[in-house]
Amino acid sequence: MSWIPAPVSRFFHRTSSPPYFYALADRFIPWLTVIFLVLLGAGLYGGLYLAPTDYQQGDSYRIIYIHVPAAWMSLFIYVLMAVMGGIALIWRMKLAEVMLISSAPIGAGFTFVALVTGSLWGKPMWGTWWVWDARLTSELILLFLYLGVISLYGAIEEKRAAARAVSILALVGVVNIPIIHYSVQWWNTLHQGPTVSKMDKPSIHVSMLVPLLLMAVAFKFYYLIAVLQAAKLELLKRETSSQWVKSLLEKQA
Amino acid sequence: MKPIRKQRLFLIILMLAGLGLAATFALKAFNENLMYFFSTSDVAAGKAPTNAVFRLGGMVVKGSVERPNADLLVRFKLSDFEKEVTVEYSGILPDLFREGQGIVAKGQLDSRGVFVAEEVLAKHDENYMPPEVAGSLKKPVAQP
Repeated sequence: MSWIPAPVSRFFHRTSSPPYFYALADRFIPWLTVIFLVLLGAGLYGGLYLAPTDYQQGDSYRIIYIHVPAAWMSLFIYVLMAVMGGIALIWRMKLAEVMLISSAPIGAGFTFVALVTGSLWGKPMWGTWWVWDARLTSELILLFLYLGVISLYGAIEEKRAAARAVSILALVGVVNIPIIHYSVQWWNTLHQGPTVSKMDKPSIHVSMLVPLLLMAVAFKFYYLIAVLQAAKLELLKRETSSQWVKSLLEKQA
Repeated sequence: MKPIRKQRLFLIILMLAGLGLAATFALKAFNENLMYFFSTSDVAAGKAPTNAVFRLGGMVVKGSVERPNADLLVRFKLSDFEKEVTVEYSGILPDLFREGQGIVAKGQLDSRGVFVAEEVLAKHDENYMPPEVAGSLKKPVAQP
């Protein structure tokens, strides 16, 4: 790969070595936690206290500060998983496999949160907990894709083979992502159109938008913390018999 | 890139392209079924089913909401800014129901061409703003 500069390629090779990655994750997690808590505090304070009420929905719209960042994360994590799946298939990189499978439960969690908060929001505003419109249905399919990835990985004993199967599933499922995103534009849906992620100016007042973006970044940091923790555990499980795990255990004993 | 990796990359791209194409055709084929509701123009053009339950979406026409009796029956017009359809509904309306609001009603057309709804859902828009801003937007422009 001559088109990638040597230092970058060296960085990736080093980071993708399990013991190095394990130590790196350990070093980063406390800092990430601090940033996450600060962003979460600022976002929640801004969203629940500083932001004004909505002209139509009053205070009920404030669930947006959980619902929308969670929904964004559900799409974002799936795309990341597909990219990891591609890397795992092409370069057979162990760390990509580990990151893929560690992301799945977190993504499933965010999808679940997005669906539940959406339902709680739908009842008072739309008048129903659930409808089978294109947006809601495709997001539910995303939850099933996440659950499929988790169960497929669990079903295959040999973990390298399991990771390869899961990578293909992650790549196949990625067609659902643009469907979810554009569902509200391609078809008539009960769910309203995009507010922030459109070419035009966001149709949300700036005093409401800033906390929303803060929450979105906070959720990204939460994902980083969670995925690093899960990846550490997965690495330990996979490499129980390797030398670096043994010496790590000896050090802690 | 090593040839074997190039080959794998190529296979993945091929798979995604195939899937994308398949998904596009499938969604195109089921386009009608994926529509959650018919617009009022569809109904006027006769595209909506008769003698079957379907959903109708549109804006509640300003000044069209009336309650002819003392009971829960409410009659209003829905519009997509082109065609209007009269809707009758007997029941409790969602909080967001008001004139100028987008709603989705489920029901069927009767012989008079009136849409008799059994369920009315409010469809809120994607705009979020404080009441003061909304108020200042609605204020009529001062006449010179």
